[in-house]
Amino acid sequence: MSAIRVSVGTRKGAFVLTADGKRKSWDVSGPFFAGWEIYHVKASPADPKRLYASQSSGWFGQLIQRSDDGGKTWEPVGNEFAYDGTPGTHRWYDGTPHPWEFKRVWHLEPSLTDPDTVYAGVEDAALFKSTDGGKSWAELAALRNHASAPEWQPGAGGMCLHTIIIDPKDPKRMYIAISAAGAFRTDDGGQSWRPINRGLRSEGIPDPDAQVGHCVHHIAMHPTRSSVLYMQKHWDVMRSDDGGDSWREVSGNLPTDFGFPIDVHPHDPETIYVVPIKSDSEHFPPDGKLRVYRSRSGGDEWEALTNGLPQRDCYVNVLRDAMAVDTMESSGVYFGTTGGQVYASPDAGDSWAPIVRDLPPVLSVEVQTLA
Amino acid sequence: MTVRVVLPAHLRTLAKVDGEVKVDVDAPVTQRAILDALEDRFPVLRGTIRDHVTHERRALVRFFACMEDLSHDSPDVPLPDEVARGTEPFMVIGAMAGG
Repeated sequence: MSAIRVSVGTRKGAFVLTADGKRKSWDVSGPFFAGWEIYHVKASPADPKRLYASQSSGWFGQLIQRSDDGGKTWEPVGNEFAYDGTPGTHRWYDGTPHPWEFKRVWHLEPSLTDPDTVYAGVEDAALFKSTDGGKSWAELAALRNHASAPEWQPGAGGMCLHTIIIDPKDPKRMYIAISAAGAFRTDDGGQSWRPINRGLRSEGIPDPDAQVGHCVHHIAMHPTRSSVLYMQKHWDVMRSDDGGDSWREVSGNLPTDFGFPIDVHPHDPETIYVVPIKSDSEHFPPDGKLRVYRSRSGGDEWEALTNGLPQRDCYVNVLRDAMAVDTMESSGVYFGTTGGQVYASPDAGDSWAPIVRDLPPVLSVEVQTLA
Repeated sequence: MTVRVVLPAHLRTLAKVDGEVKVDVDAPVTQRAILDALEDRFPVLRGTIRDHVTHERRALVRFFACMEDLSHDSPDVPLPDEVARGTEPFMVIGAMAGG
């Protein structure tokens, strides 16, 4: 009998939600690391019992926690994230040069094949790698040393490297995204990087062909079709069919093309999910209706998924790492809100029910399908 | 010399200790000497009180002893005798912040 484990990071701790394959009845454990911000919890695809968590606080800084028993117990591992060499400057909000300063780990991306290898995307934007289960971390500095880096500028949430995607067909190819620099790709395991933002159009950037400066919110890829990428940008939902070399807009009939998360159905690379949000500044669903939008055509044509979601007086947000899919035959879709709800759909989005309603604001949701 | 150290709750949890911590420190007893000894005994605390490399105090951490805020003193200034003798604790405080 299959089982599902949902790992939830919140503003005040982590939670682990488990169910059998029916996904009707859930056990909730936690809070782990109570009182700390847990930006991300993610399991190793190579060892389902190995989980990594990013634990941070404004008072006591950054910790990385590791579990080797599926999230039941945790041990702190290495927390030294030292930029390689003398960090230079990036552009501050007011346009002046500002020194690179480590603040926190936003995203942890375990290797697809080695449970001891894990990547960390951090603020101020940089990519780190551990090959010893998180005990020590080394920067893949070629990214931060890219010629465009002095022009990178923080988004409203800080200058964070929030998305890391490893190509399952070519482990030397990785994609990352930074707010508000844009998306980058390496084809040599991180020794060199190039911006992949051609086709993005962003208000506030006078040069429509600017190679950096785009506020990419999230990128998703289907593991069987790694050249196709989907992107939720600050505004616009985008698609690339050539590994990010070029992008085209697929926002289509969405009620608003602003949002944070984007994800792909596990069994259909053309089915994607977003949560449109009213913005620039509101950051809540239009009309007080929480609606996931699904496209079965890889974008352009979207349908609202509302069954079981609040359709009045709902003013929560869904953050960029707070959506995930399981790989059950009838695929499950999960997302968490800034109002502390974690919703699950056991039928690819056709119907929804909350697993929990009253957690602290949810920062991240990841899911594992366990044999 | 055996120095008493009071840690905030979150750091006690990390260090897996209850109540005060005692660390042995050679004279002169300074902030730096105490924190060096503390981090040697509890490596998990490295980076949580002061920066890994520069050893600068984290912005929202304070050091109190003998009813005084010593946070802005040099880390190499000898601490009060009461701390060195162990009659008063050296207190690591999470600053009140955040509303």
